[in-house]
Amino acid sequence: MGRLSAAAAVVVLLGAWELYARAGGIDELVLPAPSAIGETLWTDRGLLAENFVVTATEIAGGIALALVLGCALAVALHVSRPVRGALYPLLVASQAIPIVILAPLLVIWLGFGVLPKLAIIALVCFFPVVVTTLDGLRAVDPDQRKLLRSMDASRTALLRFVELPAAAPAALSGARIAVAVAVVGAVFAEYAGSSKGLGHLMLQAVPQLETPRAWAAVVVLAAFSVTLFTALGALERRLTHNAGGSHS
Amino acid sequence: MLRDVERVFTTGRGRRTKRIEALAGLTLRVQPGEVVAVVGPSGCGKTTLLELVCGLQAPDAGAVEAAPAVLMPQRDLLLPWMDALDNAGLARRVAGASREEARVAARPLFAAFGLEGFEDQRPAALSGGMRQRVAFLRTLLAGKPVLCLDEPFGALDALTRAEMQAWLAGALATDPRTTLLVTHDVEEALLLADRVAVLSSRPGRVVAELEVPAPRPRRATNSALVALREQAMEALWAG
Repeated sequence: MGRLSAAAAVVVLLGAWELYARAGGIDELVLPAPSAIGETLWTDRGLLAENFVVTATEIAGGIALALVLGCALAVALHVSRPVRGALYPLLVASQAIPIVILAPLLVIWLGFGVLPKLAIIALVCFFPVVVTTLDGLRAVDPDQRKLLRSMDASRTALLRFVELPAAAPAALSGARIAVAVAVVGAVFAEYAGSSKGLGHLMLQAVPQLETPRAWAAVVVLAAFSVTLFTALGALERRLTHNAGGSHS
Repeated sequence: MLRDVERVFTTGRGRRTKRIEALAGLTLRVQPGEVVAVVGPSGCGKTTLLELVCGLQAPDAGAVEAAPAVLMPQRDLLLPWMDALDNAGLARRVAGASREEARVAARPLFAAFGLEGFEDQRPAALSGGMRQRVAFLRTLLAGKPVLCLDEPFGALDALTRAEMQAWLAGALATDPRTTLLVTHDVEEALLLADRVAVLSSRPGRVVAELEVPAPRPRRATNSALVALREQAMEALWAG
């Protein structure tokens, strides 16, 4: 039922778009019709696939990096009040820096390869991971902490046996939020300097008056983010289910 | 064990500060190997008492001289992502044992305490009574000389509770431990304990101490227990 209504929503959206484009309301170089985009998806499939692999690797790698760094940072903020006091405001502030400002700097530091892309994607993705993981770590039942303390558990033991496993689904939930910004981050990163990838393809396609190709790249990216979002959601549910989360 | 213990909590700030005396001048001695039950009205500081013994809180006055104690809280607090055997062995792992070592230590207890066949089950698949048994084994496996049980069966239905009381009496008979049992259920206290201390309402102090000389296994209908129950109830009303 959910899938059916999702498919119906897509069909309606595409139908309206097609009619709007065909009615001549707008230049096809600005907004091509879905049928033209569909055609390009097929004719440029080789080109799209080749560049998709590059961008998908950057996105998956960036999110993985953000998960690792975000969890580590969340743990540091969680266990140390001074660290939390010192870093939390900086973390929030770091999210206000527009990627367009930061990207050239990272390109100078890290070159034109995959590294600056990973850095940019990780930078835009780690924040939701830190926030949700920190919440997960702090949500542990105070009585549970007391129980562990009465077993003379060290701080590390409390983290290892109780807090980290309890926060794992929250970390994945943060990564799921990060998927949406990761795609945009990847495109910006490639705009800032790259020789391949879907962002690079878009950047080239627009001045070459190949607008349908740019839109085809958008479709591929959108499909990828939906897939990634669903996969992370499934993993999160698996973890929660393993934890018997459906029972009270 | 506890001598003239006082514990005061303050809430609010400035002029709105409220002093709440949880315990005042409480003295309680527990002999090694003895099971002492503490009964009292709700809010009389029973949980505070146990946390003092376990070293989770410090007294504001008086002294707590207790051998290392481990807490069995009211709720089982089993970790939902670990199976029953891993949950029971948690204290061992916290103390640095490997998972295998902890499981080897916990396994024989499952057979001894009627949990055989449930080793690999996650807590969500266990009944309330079984979860509480696993929680008790976890407490035993902490290897501390003193057990502090905080209303261990408070969350169970009446039938399961009766069954669990019999089970705990048996468990303590097989593996005697110095036990401090906090409960609001006088009958439970008399069934399980060698001695019952009755606390007054806040601030809690001991208003009566009753020896329970009845032989085990005990039944609630035992005439000696019925008489003691009357005494305990009177002390509770008076306190």
